[in-house]
Amino acid sequence: MTQMPPLAVYAQRLGDDALILGQRLSEWCGHAPALEVDLSLANLALDLIGQATHFLGLAGAVEGKGRDADALAFGRDAMDFSNCLLVEQPNGDFAQTVARQFLFAHYQELLLTGLATSKHERMAAIAAKSVKEVAYHCKLASDWLVRLGDGTEESRARMIAGLDWMWRFVDELFLMDDIDRDCLRLGFGVDKAALRRPWDQRVEAVLSEAMLQAPAVRRGVAGGREGHHSEHLGHLLSEMQFLQRAYPGASW
Amino acid sequence: MSVPVAGAIDRIRSVLAGVPDPEIPVVSVLDLGIVREISDDHVTITPTYTGCPATFAIERMIRTALDGAGFGELRLETILAPAWSTDWITDEGREKLRAYGIAPPPMGSGAAALKNQAPAECPRCGSSNTQEISRFGSTPCKALWRCKSCAEPFDRFKCH
Repeated sequence: MTQMPPLAVYAQRLGDDALILGQRLSEWCGHAPALEVDLSLANLALDLIGQATHFLGLAGAVEGKGRDADALAFGRDAMDFSNCLLVEQPNGDFAQTVARQFLFAHYQELLLTGLATSKHERMAAIAAKSVKEVAYHCKLASDWLVRLGDGTEESRARMIAGLDWMWRFVDELFLMDDIDRDCLRLGFGVDKAALRRPWDQRVEAVLSEAMLQAPAVRRGVAGGREGHHSEHLGHLLSEMQFLQRAYPGASW
Repeated sequence: MSVPVAGAIDRIRSVLAGVPDPEIPVVSVLDLGIVREISDDHVTITPTYTGCPATFAIERMIRTALDGAGFGELRLETILAPAWSTDWITDEGREKLRAYGIAPPPMGSGAAALKNQAPAECPRCGSSNTQEISRFGSTPCKALWRCKSCAEPFDRFKCH
């Protein structure tokens, strides 16, 4: 699908995950259930878009064809995006957004902790910086998961439904393909499959505090890394990329 | 064309001491620990949060201040590692934050501080009878707190 070197693809995937989730979260701006939540979600979005800028900048630099983070963010179509399916899922209600954030943030914290010791200096620097921000995301998402899960009948039902929606996209997070194996061999990447067990333990601990159970195991869905996305990504991109598509290179 | 060496670093330092943070103008880029290195041919800075919009403004302001003071030849470099920490905020910077109404961050950043968050000291009345309202505030670096003694809300610089 792509001619980019493995490290560039690897960095692009990290950037795409952060970018798409950041864009999703920013849809909440002005719509969250309370002012404090609005501020929180906007702050998370800002962190993620900042991380995306760094990772996509790295991808462009490794590729060496003059594409910067903006070119990668605004100049690619859905099939060229390599984010996981979880992050592109619609916000739904607040509980559904919390479910997505909870599942992703714990994965991201484990992943970035591993990448912080990458042999690739710039990769390690971005990861070490980002993981400090993601620690706050984990805490926020976990707090809300407990508050909603162990809350009212209504909030609990919504939290269960939110987890139910998002759970099928979890397996994809930990899949290893040729790109992952190449980067792991070079000492640049992380063994994502090995993160599954610690992730399960962390998630399980919070779920039990929230008086919730993991949804029943079902067949996971994957394909985002190869550009096979759900219908939701195209709609997200049409909004995110509109300006640069209509007025290429516009700046202010 | 090179920068005159005698006292150059001190003069660069005093230029930088006059560059405020765009969001919290009482503290300078030196107070915040953003400036990592000053030499006679370059200045190295590091961003606070990856997505902080002030990062770009800070870079521009530093460049403009250096150019205006005759240091147009100095290179301005940005590094990511080691990652910026609130532990790098100077004592003077902490005092300025407090006087401005922002509780300074506790020392010893990282996960441990996240889990075991001691109450912030109210920057207005000094009480420790305070409560976190929202872990995220008006900028990436601040959380929103409330003092239960004087009943005033206040910002607390997040431990990072």
